[in-house]
Amino acid sequence: MANKIISQMSLPKPISHKFAARNVLTAKDALSMAEFELMELLDVGFGEVTSAVAQISEIVCPPCQTALQLMEERVRDECLGSRLSTRLRGLDDALCGGIPFGVITELVGPSGIGKTQFCLKIALLAALPTSHGGLNGRVIYVDIENKFSSRRMIEIGAKSLPEIFHKEGMAREMAGRILVLRPTSVSEFTDSLQQIKLSVLEHQVKLLIIDSMAGLILGDLEGDLKTFKQHPLAWHISFIKSLAEFSQIPIIVTNQVRSQSCEEVHYSFQAISKLEVVSNQERVESRLVAALGIHWAHAVTIRLVLEADSDQRFIKVTKSPISPSLAFPFVITSSGISLISDEGIEVKGLEINTIHGQGYSEVFASAGKSYD
Amino acid sequence: MEVSGLPLSPSQRAKLASAGYTTLSSLSAVSSQQLARGTLATTRHFINPSFLGFHRFQFLPARADLNVSNEEALVILNVVMRSSRFSGSDRAGACIVAGAQSAWDMLCEEEHNKHITTSCGDLDKILGGGISCKEVTEIGGIPGIGKTQLGIQLAINVQIPVGYGGLGGKAIYIDTEGSFMVERVFQVAEGCIEDMLRLNVSQFKNLETHKEKMHPNTFLANIFYFRACSYTEQIAVINHLEKFVSEHKDVRIVVIDSVTFHFRQDFDDMALRTRLLSGMASKLMKLAKQFSLAVVILNQVTMKFTDGSFQLTLALGDSWSHACTNRVILYWNGNERHAYIDKSPSLRSQSAPYAVTSKGIRDVVSNCKRIRMM
Repeated sequence: MANKIISQMSLPKPISHKFAARNVLTAKDALSMAEFELMELLDVGFGEVTSAVAQISEIVCPPCQTALQLMEERVRDECLGSRLSTRLRGLDDALCGGIPFGVITELVGPSGIGKTQFCLKIALLAALPTSHGGLNGRVIYVDIENKFSSRRMIEIGAKSLPEIFHKEGMAREMAGRILVLRPTSVSEFTDSLQQIKLSVLEHQVKLLIIDSMAGLILGDLEGDLKTFKQHPLAWHISFIKSLAEFSQIPIIVTNQVRSQSCEEVHYSFQAISKLEVVSNQERVESRLVAALGIHWAHAVTIRLVLEADSDQRFIKVTKSPISPSLAFPFVITSSGISLISDEGIEVKGLEINTIHGQGYSEVFASAGKSYD
Repeated sequence: MEVSGLPLSPSQRAKLASAGYTTLSSLSAVSSQQLARGTLATTRHFINPSFLGFHRFQFLPARADLNVSNEEALVILNVVMRSSRFSGSDRAGACIVAGAQSAWDMLCEEEHNKHITTSCGDLDKILGGGISCKEVTEIGGIPGIGKTQLGIQLAINVQIPVGYGGLGGKAIYIDTEGSFMVERVFQVAEGCIEDMLRLNVSQFKNLETHKEKMHPNTFLANIFYFRACSYTEQIAVINHLEKFVSEHKDVRIVVIDSVTFHFRQDFDDMALRTRLLSGMASKLMKLAKQFSLAVVILNQVTMKFTDGSFQLTLALGDSWSHACTNRVILYWNGNERHAYIDKSPSLRSQSAPYAVTSKGIRDVVSNCKRIRMM
């Protein structure tokens, strides 16, 4: 839409020629300028410029729908499926049926908690034929940290879906649908993403998994913030988001955690008494926070945190426009992740945003350094 | 008023100036033919060609050549007419300085100013009754704090019928992030209807007919949804709003969720970004005044490094922070969600707790109400 050509918009001839002569060719070019700049550049009056801009805007403006129309559309899509079931009943219920299409779903958690296990399982589920609740399509698995294991994936499949995987040739067919990419640098990752965009529609790709985004940046994020640089993955964030939107497939991205030694970050108006700061520092020596920072966090629609608290692992819905914050205890078995209980525990207040890592602290201390 | 301030094209302005027309009054008595020919009507009578012929060419060499067509001259004169009429408005209080309005008139107008409730009593209280119409309010906070929830809540609440103390208006929702979940809107609408009927159960005996009118679907049908996928589209929607609202006069709120997303991603030229953002803000402000509707802009937060430590602050930089009339920041205070009025010309800075429930934004249920002065 943004790249619509002005000369094809049937503006009044004289002004249309002027746009062309000044090399203002697309709607993007024209709308990236203030009206007064356009007046100077095109050498026309204010009235003409405003009416031209209004006309261009009207053409570029996305169509208006009422929420009711959206709802009806959603109901229609429901028959075709607009969510990918995780086969974890409690989690599916909380998310109104599973991982939604068209948006980014993020998994955050310390290393070894089960993010990759979750991804392997969900990749298989998407590859399954529709008759078995899958999406009957290809899956692109961007394995940045070299953690993908086909052996483990087949094991999960054989254990959790024996009726399918014990059929002759089925394992081969399912595994054949999962394409693994292993970019080693940000620029390679950029290239793969662009290729993915082209092939998504053509080759029946029904799911994109990126494990993990944070693995790509070795640099220190906070250092970048200090120098007011843009987020190193700013382009990727917006590209992945628009890819999800455009292709209407679910996108799952995993994210690491890093430890933050200082106390919580506040707004300037939040006066914190000295006492409070001291007690905070005593209590939380190394708080865990999601890597990739707040910019990225704004871009994801659903955030699931995988954490461990007193030797129990939890999967927690921390950001979702539809679900309240619920935590589900889980275990990892040979058939992948399974919930101990489908009844979620409601999480309130600050607990929502904390990532627990009890019993794992030693692992973090060493791992923290490598990507902090 | 000077000719150089007229909304004409630069070359037209230059032609006028070089032809000797520098002030509006110099153009007020000129006909289009005279203008097209380029001779100054007022001077023609005083100059005797035979007597001053030589001097005329010396002193007024450019006057003879405005060199525009008759039509163009007409256009110029129309602009001049409009500009001079603007400065001669006959509104009370405006006769002293053009376009002015007395503080008393403004007060009377403000008394009639409507507010849109947030469904949270404490929050309404610190906002002076809710989100104010005719004003631009910016709401920001960290991911997951409830910005989109508040946006959806307002889009529903604006539709509360006048009989129930609402505005009975419609809503425009501009989604730049794709986080508008229509299932959730349905839930919030249900919650809102439930509360309305419960509060008014004694007043209306024929509940059934009201239930008919108060179906969540009616609420959904009154939300106009735009999905902007790039900053160009975002600007285009906002440019187009004026026309759209004049065709849908009962729109009382415009929610932009969020203004930040596209502008945060694809910009290298920060000066351009600031210009576009401020252009957008001024259009929204004009829209709010013209159609007396509320504009709610949701914003993200960013980390800022000041005084040797990181602080959270709303995104898009310092110049953007001047763009909105009111600024509300949502944050975690202990285990409660709080809203803080960071900037407002008429409200004091204070904070109030709110809760996000399955029905939408509501009061915190805890026993005591704590409105803290800060």
